[in-house]
Amino acid sequence: MERSRYPLTGRGMETMIANLLRGGVALSTTIVITGRGLYLLRHGADRPDYGVFRGEPAELRTLGGIIANILSFHSKRVIELGVLLMLATPVARVALSVLGFLREGDYQYVAISLMVLMILLFTIFGGVG
Amino acid sequence: MKDARELEFYPGEQSAVTVYLFTLLIWLGSLFAGFLGSLTGLGGGVVIVPMLALGFGVDIRYAIGASLVSVIATSSAAAAAYVREGFSNIRIGMFLEIATTLGAVAGAFVAARLSTSVISIIFGGVPLHSAYISFRTRHSHGGADRPDRLSVRLRLDGTYPGPTGSVSYHVKRVPLGFALMFGAGCLSGLLGIGSGAVKVLAMDRAMLIPFKVSTTTSNFMIGVTVASAGVYLNRGYLDPGLIMPVMLGVLTGVLFGSRFLVRSRSRTLRIVFSAVTLLLAVEMIYNGLTGRL
Repeated sequence: MERSRYPLTGRGMETMIANLLRGGVALSTTIVITGRGLYLLRHGADRPDYGVFRGEPAELRTLGGIIANILSFHSKRVIELGVLLMLATPVARVALSVLGFLREGDYQYVAISLMVLMILLFTIFGGVG
Repeated sequence: MKDARELEFYPGEQSAVTVYLFTLLIWLGSLFAGFLGSLTGLGGGVVIVPMLALGFGVDIRYAIGASLVSVIATSSAAAAAYVREGFSNIRIGMFLEIATTLGAVAGAFVAARLSTSVISIIFGGVPLHSAYISFRTRHSHGGADRPDRLSVRLRLDGTYPGPTGSVSYHVKRVPLGFALMFGAGCLSGLLGIGSGAVKVLAMDRAMLIPFKVSTTTSNFMIGVTVASAGVYLNRGYLDPGLIMPVMLGVLTGVLFGSRFLVRSRSRTLRIVFSAVTLLLAVEMIYNGLTGRL
């Protein structure tokens, strides 16, 4: 049978990935909604201006900077935490795949997943352009 | 300063629009964009960026940043269901993600060196091309009958749940699919969209993967592809105040859209919505050409 010759990735791994994706989206959405409440409470009467591109402040362009700022518990920092978590969800999915393929003993796909993970981490931490 | 003052909701410093109202309007607009994107099958990003840029006068770089995060949110939420049901092929997705992530890095690198006008012209071209493909008569392929050496080596062949039990399939032309996926990644990195249409094209047409597997695996890959454009974070494209209403609005809109799709099969409605999307695309190109974006 086809299935035994080219075994599909186990159902266990699929369930794990599905749970991780769902959990990541749910958690980060909750955090963003919390931040939204705080934001509107404090800045509801401000006048926004997104027509001019200034770029976010330098301290918020790095992971360390954002995490350090979260501790100050400003509403924008809370939303940022949620956004970061959303960006991290697919990365975590790839990391989980590495473990899943390792458990299945499929080393070819351990290598492939690791390669994708490395590209992701390189762009997020290394920074191209 | 751009010549966008005439727009009613332009949030300039003289505008009477407060953050509270602006947030509410963007949330409503994003809800509509998510709804449109899910009904037309073009995805949210293709609608959100023109809406923010044209309708709200948001700088296209902020718009791309907000689109990026919303695309990750919607594709992750949808992928969770498809993976569980066994439609998405994790090995095909994982292998092709090498191509899409490298492409996204290249696209994001180029994006930093292009003017916003050029980006909006390219942006308008994507939905036009997708529409051209989807309006051509779809010759559904019978699938590949014999296994291909490279895809056997990579263990890409798989099965998916059909109406009468498990259906197995073979995967063909892996190098061609891989190359197309690099192109899809470039577009994602450049424009902050999922470029699902190109991904489906690569899997369905080039690799002869069954349509349902192609669309669900494409969805599975979008989050990782777009996340590799995380370099946008380092450039200051991601503004939390803007992302918040966009992300929440799009998520809600897509949810409504998919519920709506199940209940209604109106073809006319889909054509009307597609026309709206195409109009936005033409306006993006026009504004790019005249240098207003």
